[in-house]
Amino acid sequence: MNFERIKEKLNILADAAKYDVSCSSSGSKRANKNKGLGDSSGMGICHTYTEDGRCVSLLKILLTNHCIFDCAYCVTRKSNDVKRAAFKVQEVVNLTINFYRRNYIEGLFLSSGIFKNADYTMERLVLVAKKLRLEENFNGYIHLKSIPGASDELMREAGLYADRLSVNIEIPTEQGLKLLAPDKKREDFIKPMRKVKNEIIQYKSEKKLIKSTPIYAPAGQSTQMIIGATGETDAQIMYTSAYFYKEFQMKRVYYSGYIPISHDERLPSIGTDVPMLRENRLYQTDWLLRFYGFSIQELLNKEHPNLETDIDPKLSWALRNLQHFPVDVNYADRRLLARIPGVGMRSVDKIINARRYRKLGWEHLKAIGISMNRAQYFLVCASSQFETKDRTAAQLKSLIMGTSSSKWRGAYSSQLNLFESNANVTVS
Amino acid sequence: MIDQYIYDGTFEGFLTAVFEVYDRKPTRVKIVSERLVTVNFFDEEHTIYTDQAKSDRVWKGIEYRIGKKAGNLIYKAFLSEQSDREQVLLRIIKKGFKGENVTDNFADIDVLRLTNLVKIVGREKHRMDAFIRFRLTKDNVYFAEVEPDFDTLPLNAIHFKNRYADQKWLIYDRCRNYGIFYDLKTVNYVQLEISNDINSSLAAPFYFTHDEMHYQDLWKNYFKSTNIPSRKNMRLHLQHVPKRYWKYLSEKQP
Repeated sequence: MNFERIKEKLNILADAAKYDVSCSSSGSKRANKNKGLGDSSGMGICHTYTEDGRCVSLLKILLTNHCIFDCAYCVTRKSNDVKRAAFKVQEVVNLTINFYRRNYIEGLFLSSGIFKNADYTMERLVLVAKKLRLEENFNGYIHLKSIPGASDELMREAGLYADRLSVNIEIPTEQGLKLLAPDKKREDFIKPMRKVKNEIIQYKSEKKLIKSTPIYAPAGQSTQMIIGATGETDAQIMYTSAYFYKEFQMKRVYYSGYIPISHDERLPSIGTDVPMLRENRLYQTDWLLRFYGFSIQELLNKEHPNLETDIDPKLSWALRNLQHFPVDVNYADRRLLARIPGVGMRSVDKIINARRYRKLGWEHLKAIGISMNRAQYFLVCASSQFETKDRTAAQLKSLIMGTSSSKWRGAYSSQLNLFESNANVTVS
Repeated sequence: MIDQYIYDGTFEGFLTAVFEVYDRKPTRVKIVSERLVTVNFFDEEHTIYTDQAKSDRVWKGIEYRIGKKAGNLIYKAFLSEQSDREQVLLRIIKKGFKGENVTDNFADIDVLRLTNLVKIVGREKHRMDAFIRFRLTKDNVYFAEVEPDFDTLPLNAIHFKNRYADQKWLIYDRCRNYGIFYDLKTVNYVQLEISNDINSSLAAPFYFTHDEMHYQDLWKNYFKSTNIPSRKNMRLHLQHVPKRYWKYLSEKQP
């Protein structure tokens, strides 16, 4: 192998692939068989973290950064003057195997710029996965990007070798997409997504009858949106996200704060801060939807199209709905416990287990590890000391904020104004 | 006056000590590893000799009467090497034998401590699964050195055996001076003399294959290229990859 040339390609094609957020390597069920290489049946592992604090779990590269499209938000767009490179199929296979054997990675995340057409590109991605599985007996994790517009046959084959498939919907709204990616249509994203969804459903039903049914995309599919590039509201983002969770049984929707990369007047200018706080609040909302039993209408609606930046979305919901509180931790059901600000799902489990043996007081809750700073105003327990004052939401908020310190504190004042300016958007 | 039961620091030794506690019924007892023992004028010292039969009896009793899950937690907590582990585990075992719940009664202070010990050991085990970096030696063995905070290699063995079934590998704990070696069939505990210059870049070509250096170099390059400078967050970076682990991380080498 010519290591110098590989190094050059790797630098170009890893740099171009880094804007894909997903690095998950969990949720697959592919165990090591016949003394082969690799195993992805356990939990995901982050093998290292970059200096921006993101996990490195997969070798995340593009097959090529040649592209026929010209999407404004993308570094690999046709009109951008950057160095271009392309890996040979065998080169990607060798890199993956050798990195994997040294315990650097959990597997491969392969994406690509679109050269010639969708199917031509997709075919090559599938070929890499096929070689890894059949020639190298590789059982590590493979995440393939579905190329928008790829044919159903190729998507079917992709799922036989990959653990996860994903297409990025890129921009939360259709108008935004039209503005920034005139070559792309939402139907093109949806088509492979729908195929994968149907294949997964089919696999699950056939598996019940025939045990040897070949495994199909065991880690499901995911998608990603760029936020802060087109002035959309948090509600628009999260309603889109909720739709994809429901309609396509997505395992994950990722939110990627827009990183300014070009002087295009349709986009925030270079030097604009990456909206990391907003990203954080969106992920918190996503968690509330998936694990805490909240519905999207409760968190974001016509009256509240944007999330509050200075407090987390659960606390924000609680302050708007004080009639549900205080909750008695010794009697309330799981669903209600999960709604107390400062109590996470792990604490909910612990509370439910612990209260079978005795009534819980403040000292037990503290030892279990709930965040008292927020939780104390929203619950009662086996103790005579509890909040008796009837405070308003505003009073509670200032009390809680006065006693907490957030790493985002510096970001509030300036960002608040920025977000409130585009708040007048209707919600479907 | 307290009876000090001094054992050899092994799990079997600890279980033997537990056996002796039930056998001799001391009023006040402290089980101490011989490495951590301090001479105390008022305490009476008893040396406990590890006895496989006694240890097995206690282990079976734990699994049968307290449960397999509890046994698993007790073993993991023991690997934490924390100074209070023997006392906490003895109390847990006593409570368990009396029929109290010791796995999810989180209002009990010992159960919480047990959970906490299991958690820190589990986290360190997971870190080792992640941070171990193999280097291919000229003998065709994938070799890695580690210095885990706790004694986690027994827990890591299965993970690596399942994953690298078709390559020989050796993971060596430099703190505790033992390693686990997989010879394509089974994993065994080994003790070795490792020369001091193995990590010097000058001596590397002597021990490791030619391609090894290239792959380390590619990996370092990948690590740099995949970073997004405009999102730089060193605090988060250090939280995930604390400095004490950098010594053996290929991507962190100069």
